[in-house]
Amino acid sequence: MNMDMSQYLDVFLEESKEHLGSLNHKLLELEKNTSDLTALNEIFRAAHTLKGMSATMGFEDLADLTHHMEDVLADLKEGLLTANTTVIDILFKCFDRIQLMVDNIESTGTGSLDNKDLIKKLEGIKRGELTATMESDREYHELSTELPLTDRAAENSLDFNEYEMTVLKDADSKGFNIFHVLVHVDQGCVMKSVRAFMVYRAVEEDGEIIKSIPTAQDLDEGRFENDFELFIVTHLSQEDIQKNINAISEVTVSNIHAINIKSGLAMPVYFPDKDESKTNEDDISDNNDEAIASHKVRHTVRVDIERLDNLMNLVGELVMHKGRLEQIGATSKIGELNDTIEQIDRITGELQSVVMKVRMVPIEQVFNRFPRMVRDLAKELNKEVDFIMEGKETELDRTVIDEIGDPLVHLLRNAIDHGLELPEKREKLGKNRQGMVILRARHEGNNVYIEVEDDGLGVDVEKIKDRAIDRGLISAPEAEKMSVEEAINILFYPGFSTTDSVSDVSGRGVGLDVVKTKIEVLNGEIFIDSKAGVGTKFVVKLPLTLAIIQALMVSAQDEIYAIPLSNVDETTIITENDIKMIQNQEVIVMRGTVLPIYRLSSLLETPGVMASEKEMYVVVVRKSERQIGLIVDTLIGQQEIVIKSLGKILGGIPGIAGAIVAGDGNVRLILDVITLF
Amino acid sequence: MENIVNLKVENHNLAAGDYQVVVFKLGKEEYAVNVLNVQEINRISNITRVPKTSDFIEGVINLRGNIVPVINLYKKFGLENYSSEDEKTIIIFMFGEEQAGIIVDEVSEVLRVNVDDIEETAQVYDSLITEHIMGIAKVDERLLILLDLFKILEL
Repeated sequence: MNMDMSQYLDVFLEESKEHLGSLNHKLLELEKNTSDLTALNEIFRAAHTLKGMSATMGFEDLADLTHHMEDVLADLKEGLLTANTTVIDILFKCFDRIQLMVDNIESTGTGSLDNKDLIKKLEGIKRGELTATMESDREYHELSTELPLTDRAAENSLDFNEYEMTVLKDADSKGFNIFHVLVHVDQGCVMKSVRAFMVYRAVEEDGEIIKSIPTAQDLDEGRFENDFELFIVTHLSQEDIQKNINAISEVTVSNIHAINIKSGLAMPVYFPDKDESKTNEDDISDNNDEAIASHKVRHTVRVDIERLDNLMNLVGELVMHKGRLEQIGATSKIGELNDTIEQIDRITGELQSVVMKVRMVPIEQVFNRFPRMVRDLAKELNKEVDFIMEGKETELDRTVIDEIGDPLVHLLRNAIDHGLELPEKREKLGKNRQGMVILRARHEGNNVYIEVEDDGLGVDVEKIKDRAIDRGLISAPEAEKMSVEEAINILFYPGFSTTDSVSDVSGRGVGLDVVKTKIEVLNGEIFIDSKAGVGTKFVVKLPLTLAIIQALMVSAQDEIYAIPLSNVDETTIITENDIKMIQNQEVIVMRGTVLPIYRLSSLLETPGVMASEKEMYVVVVRKSERQIGLIVDTLIGQQEIVIKSLGKILGGIPGIAGAIVAGDGNVRLILDVITLF
Repeated sequence: MENIVNLKVENHNLAAGDYQVVVFKLGKEEYAVNVLNVQEINRISNITRVPKTSDFIEGVINLRGNIVPVINLYKKFGLENYSSEDEKTIIIFMFGEEQAGIIVDEVSEVLRVNVDDIEETAQVYDSLITEHIMGIAKVDERLLILLDLFKILEL
């Protein structure tokens, strides 16, 4: 490849990841049902496209590995091989390797990797041999001499210059067939150049040779090993071409496949060199049409996320200035101005929701890697898991999607490792041998709920309390007083772990507290619902987006703060007389329930003296399951705010979630109700 | 908000061992920082207090839509109280992606300092402050305290 391919690298990476995703997914399906032809076809197609793309980009090791995968997959499709566990395990290993190579390409720009071990196994499978016999040196040698050619074939098949491309396209549009033929001249043949010439003549009787590797001149002078490649345009069928060439003595067609120009890319459609290639051919070309059709359905544009962030920022600024305009409008009371402001309000509102939607990505992206992970984990831990995913199509803001993966991995590991019992124990308990783990996502209002549920042990409250006392996290009398709910929440205390043994999977010191912190950083919340012996359910509640939210603006003395509306349950007015004291804590009674109250100005230590007015405003906020009243000086109003980060220097201040630039150009802080108290 | 100096840092071809520093005053003392870290100098009046932080964090400002923390070195170094004017002179620094401002009394000038004229502080002082100071530069008869901004901002 002389061409500079770097500009296509992004596209390559993006598409490779997509294909890897479907490969992974379908491999799992195939494992469940080894005769699943649709899954097999998908896998084949993904491997095939990966091969083509990587060859085009010049990642030879990747192309080579996928090429060998394809060989095995082709045999599977034809039923020459059966997809037993060994085969699928090796396919999974290949998948891992491909993933590694793609990752390497992304980080370092090169994807070179020695895959001889896997290729040897793939070859072994193809020959129907068992793994044990595959280690011999002879085969290794045989293999390494074979590699360069197939490798070259895969790569060069796509390397046409513009003229050749024009001819190919022209031929294609006229209904000619285009074949890529690999010709083998017998080892003992004395005059190779003559054989090559004969092949040339035989082909050119009924067609045209567009290109040969090596060049025609080299072939003429016999400067080639025992194989050469031809690209042929002809009206003859594949069999006829093959027959014509095979008719020449000491010459055989070792590989022939049709090239499809229609798809826009010169992707070769690989036809395995088998006797029953006729039926097989129809099969594959059908699949290919299907692939093209499914590509046409989605009209999408790939956009760099940075551009979207930019757009979002600009819309944010617009929303901010709209707020300023509204203020001016409200004071100036000019009818025409206010009409226009209303229009602008409507349009910015729409613009905002469109931009939000653009940034929404189905959570599928994150979910897709889980089935494989669960499978591996279950094998490792000797557990049997029925893993169910629901609501994959639920959409979330891209920024949230990028962050939510790790916490979910942790929760799933937790469910499988700590939650589910071993199969034997489950049977004893009268449960199904297979433990169930459900990963569920759904929308509700302006939030997305993600649940990780298992039907395992459940949380043993007493055990947790004991453990917490052991570790000095709580005292015995404290434990006595704790409600079940509070006790379960001990799981989120830093440094808490319930298992005695440290397994490879979880219990590496990274506890649920990390999960909780991460989710809270995302403005989300996490709850546990558990019944001993029945199972555990973790519920993660996340905002749809992090960028623009509705907030209630309040003041505490001279300072103005924003409280996210999602945290606010209601506002109310009380008088000094309503405040009662319970154990040195100010409370009010609201509709029969006792509500602890805090004064915002003392929480935030605002300078100045507390104004003691008769009537006080209380904002009732929700912290996890509890309600708390916040006494503020004034309620300024509801406003759309664009959240900005406080940056590294000021990050992580308890009680402060971020900042906004208000309509008047001043900075206001956003209160974080969760960490304020 | 008034932009006094906009220091666009271009390709500085400093002679080996030469520093360019921005000199500013905190009370009576003269301090200096590497010019390459200085983005601009502003006069700003609206600083929003941030509760529950170290007291040398004066607050945050809005710098063309970016939220920038402002540091009060008088409090950090226990210096004499600065003028309580509403509008304050703030030097905005840039460290990679992060910005921060420092309140100063006045910005005097941009100077060239030779490395040979800088004395390591550890040998001169033994106070707590030394950890925030890279050295003392002698320029003519003046002593300039070279600040280590990274340490001050705990980056």
